[in-house]
Amino acid sequence: MIFANNILTIITFLPLLGALFVMIVPGNDRLAYANIKRIALVTTLVTFALTLVMWSMFDPQNISFQFVQNHEWIGNVIGYRMGVDGISVLFVVLTGLLMPMAILAGWDSVTKRVREYMIAFLVLETLMLGVFTTLDLAMFYVFFEGGLIPMFLIIGIWGGKNRVQASYKFFFYTFVGSVLMLLAIMAMYWYAGTLDITKLLKVQFPPEMQIWLWIAFFASFAVKMPMWPFHRWLPEAHVQAPTAGSVILAAILLKMGGYGFLRFSLPMFPDASLYFADFVFVLSVAAIIITSLIALVQTDIKKLIAYSSVAHMGFVTLGIFTANVYGIEGAIFQMISHGFISGALFISVGVIYDRMHTREILAYGGLVEKMPKYAFAFMVFTMANVGLPGTSGFIGEFLVLIAIFQVNVWFAAVATLGVILSAAYALWLYRRVIFGALTKESLKSILDMNPREMAVIVPLLILTILFGFYPAPILDTIAPSVEALVNQISQSVGMGVEPILPH
Amino acid sequence: MNSDIISFSSLAPIFPELILTLGAFAILMAGVFMKKQVSASLVGVAIGLLVAVAALILIFPSDGVILNGGFIQDSFARYMKVLVLAGSAFALVLSLSSANENALDKFEYPVLILFATIGMMIMISANDLMSLYIGLEMQALSLYIIAAMKRESSKASEAGLKYFVLGALSSGMLLYGASLVYGFTGQTQLDEIAKIIALGDRSIGLVFGLVFLLAGLSFKISAVPFHMWTPDVYEGAPTPVTAFFASAPKIAALALLIRVVTQGFEPISSDWQQVIIFLSIASMVLAAFAGIGQKNLKRLIAYSSIGHIGFALVGLSAGSLVGVQGVAIYMAIYLTMTLGLFAAILSLKYDNIYVEDVSDLAGLAQTRPFVAAMIAVFMFSLIGLPPLAGFFAKWHVFLAAIEAQLFVLAVIGVLASAIGAFYYLRVIKTMYFDEPVHQFAPIPGELRFIMGIAGFLIITYYLTVGAPLANIARSAVSSLF
Repeated sequence: MIFANNILTIITFLPLLGALFVMIVPGNDRLAYANIKRIALVTTLVTFALTLVMWSMFDPQNISFQFVQNHEWIGNVIGYRMGVDGISVLFVVLTGLLMPMAILAGWDSVTKRVREYMIAFLVLETLMLGVFTTLDLAMFYVFFEGGLIPMFLIIGIWGGKNRVQASYKFFFYTFVGSVLMLLAIMAMYWYAGTLDITKLLKVQFPPEMQIWLWIAFFASFAVKMPMWPFHRWLPEAHVQAPTAGSVILAAILLKMGGYGFLRFSLPMFPDASLYFADFVFVLSVAAIIITSLIALVQTDIKKLIAYSSVAHMGFVTLGIFTANVYGIEGAIFQMISHGFISGALFISVGVIYDRMHTREILAYGGLVEKMPKYAFAFMVFTMANVGLPGTSGFIGEFLVLIAIFQVNVWFAAVATLGVILSAAYALWLYRRVIFGALTKESLKSILDMNPREMAVIVPLLILTILFGFYPAPILDTIAPSVEALVNQISQSVGMGVEPILPH
Repeated sequence: MNSDIISFSSLAPIFPELILTLGAFAILMAGVFMKKQVSASLVGVAIGLLVAVAALILIFPSDGVILNGGFIQDSFARYMKVLVLAGSAFALVLSLSSANENALDKFEYPVLILFATIGMMIMISANDLMSLYIGLEMQALSLYIIAAMKRESSKASEAGLKYFVLGALSSGMLLYGASLVYGFTGQTQLDEIAKIIALGDRSIGLVFGLVFLLAGLSFKISAVPFHMWTPDVYEGAPTPVTAFFASAPKIAALALLIRVVTQGFEPISSDWQQVIIFLSIASMVLAAFAGIGQKNLKRLIAYSSIGHIGFALVGLSAGSLVGVQGVAIYMAIYLTMTLGLFAAILSLKYDNIYVEDVSDLAGLAQTRPFVAAMIAVFMFSLIGLPPLAGFFAKWHVFLAAIEAQLFVLAVIGVLASAIGAFYYLRVIKTMYFDEPVHQFAPIPGELRFIMGIAGFLIITYYLTVGAPLANIARSAVSSLF
């Protein structure tokens, strides 16, 4: 029982413990670096295993928070509160899953300042896990905002040529967005008298106040998601960040915005969410169309994938603000699946970048001749990114499109157009990089994936296809909590209850 | 007026100041009659004395109002005095390793620091416009001399002179304000002033007096628009002296300001709140923008301290217990960050030159990873990023502002903190993203210790000191409300 009660604390702070070990490894030579890498990998693997244990102990039918810890801490205002429900539990597992991948992705390519690199990633993991496990609003902000520090350093130290500008942009966009949320959190405290999320979920804020609070939270989450037109920091951050940084950024950091909308904006400010729903739909649809078009003309592979991320996040926001079961389930599924698909895509780009040190699409072509395994993996991820049935990318987008169709046919029609555009840019990218004749001299000696890279890619490949055909593990976990959420929203604003998805 | 000193033991509330005064005189005598070599050990004695007095305040608290109501010792005063004593003691420790280079190896240095500390303690305990002025001047005169202590340096002399001229001006304003307040209320004691104000209408003359009083005090805490001396003095004074200026005197002046407005002018709180809000916004915004262009590290810290006073004033603007509690917590954290940061800066010496410019720090993360990590921690904390202590400092003051519904102030404040982040990040960028230029000399042990302790407290704030500090600060400021 002690283990079960503290499992969230253990999961959240285990990476920090790993970071401490990394810090005290003596020496700065090859051997020390090897040890540091191993410590980091083992820490993240154990954390991942624990998240799986936690998932297996999680009872999906129980819609209240589980593994709860609740202590008052600073001045009886900020508490130490932990707990997960069906909405957050999978994000914890997703974070656990992708961290070892990220560590492995930088295994050989990071050669300078390995110690700091691993510390930054392990600290970042603790902060990301904390975002999803904490049940205190102030601590949520602490974790949410604290992630800026390691990510700023990761982009700035191990990034590409324009890393300084990219890291600054990343920092300021997110920081300015978040500080307003901080004030909203304080206003909520004075109204409700608590920062306990479980209690705040039951508080009815006056509609007038909801509008302001919603805007403040939106400022933060919209930048983090990112939603068009607040996405300007993202392509640059992605392009400049090292592979592992891009993976974490796309796979997990972006999901914090969606998680925030689901956890706070929707249930706590239901009237405001309804009021602003059309506004969000317009921005989401604009994101899907505009960023897909922008992705079409990119010459940099990473930038293309970055823009495609923004487009996919458009589906997520669409789904969330339909506020019906299909939409929210679809949005969560889309976030989880985009987590490992985009992670896999960035790792795939990292594979060829490590060999050629360029991300220009034109520098490649005909890779299928020399790298058949790579070509296959990249194809699966590309298809998943497009949303081909049979891959996990399909389920989420499909559910969201059903949901938005019920709400507004026009938005659904335009969003569907986005799916076509995504097929266009993704397939065109694939054609230019993988197919064609291998004419470039520099590519003649390129090698296929080595075992380390396979170890990263293959699990993601399996998951992509597995959840494409058998989404039940995810949907079963989230469904009861999502239904409870939708019921709660519809009660507070008096909307009709949507039919429940059979599975 | 009858004296209220009945017995020696009734003086207990002022024992700390008396002991410090006697000790300072003893050190002065020792310095005069002994050889020059002893100055380092005199610094040690002075540090011991400060620590002993702090321990006395902590272990044997003795509250009361004495000296005809001119001196008050309460939980708020004790809290602030401990901060000031800690600030002075650590500032003395910081000066040890570079005393030679900065001409601080004279015995007058610890003596002046002690006298300044006594002045600050009287400021904190001042319950009367006269004792207020005595404390303020005692502190200020000592500081003027300390600023110009490096006699052969024209920069230090300039700093001392500027400080003196502008300080005298502000003292004049303060006295003018005090005389107006006395003229319109007939009282000098703060609680008596409050009683008189509460009785009648607020006259325009009284408000004039209040504004002049606040202007004079704003100079001491270097709130905009009375901040002009700060960058020049910080830059010109020897670095250990700057460390001292940036820590203890700020806290004492702010404590004085808090006591004056919450005790003396409580009935017209809306009047002084307007002034404080203006000072707060002006300080936060100006510091955020002015800091961006700074190349000199000490000027940058000067603007940073101006900005942080602005943030602390956010808490005072609320005028509530939560707000003043926030200020109390803010000053404790600010003190830790400042001392840690100066310890880090003072530990960086290349070719016998101490770092002056931000660009000198280039690539520090590779040559001195520990110092760089500590500076980065302090910088991130100064920005106010969680989970570092600086975030919780801002949390407490903005929480109070939101409670008082000062939404515009709060929004401007957080946006200013975002803009201000730019220059802090530049320091981190220089250390971490750029390539090394200098090879630095070994770090003195005591500086490594101070920055390590400060860094540890800042990083683990939530787990270690956060909760107890909030409780201590709450019970400390409860004596004001």
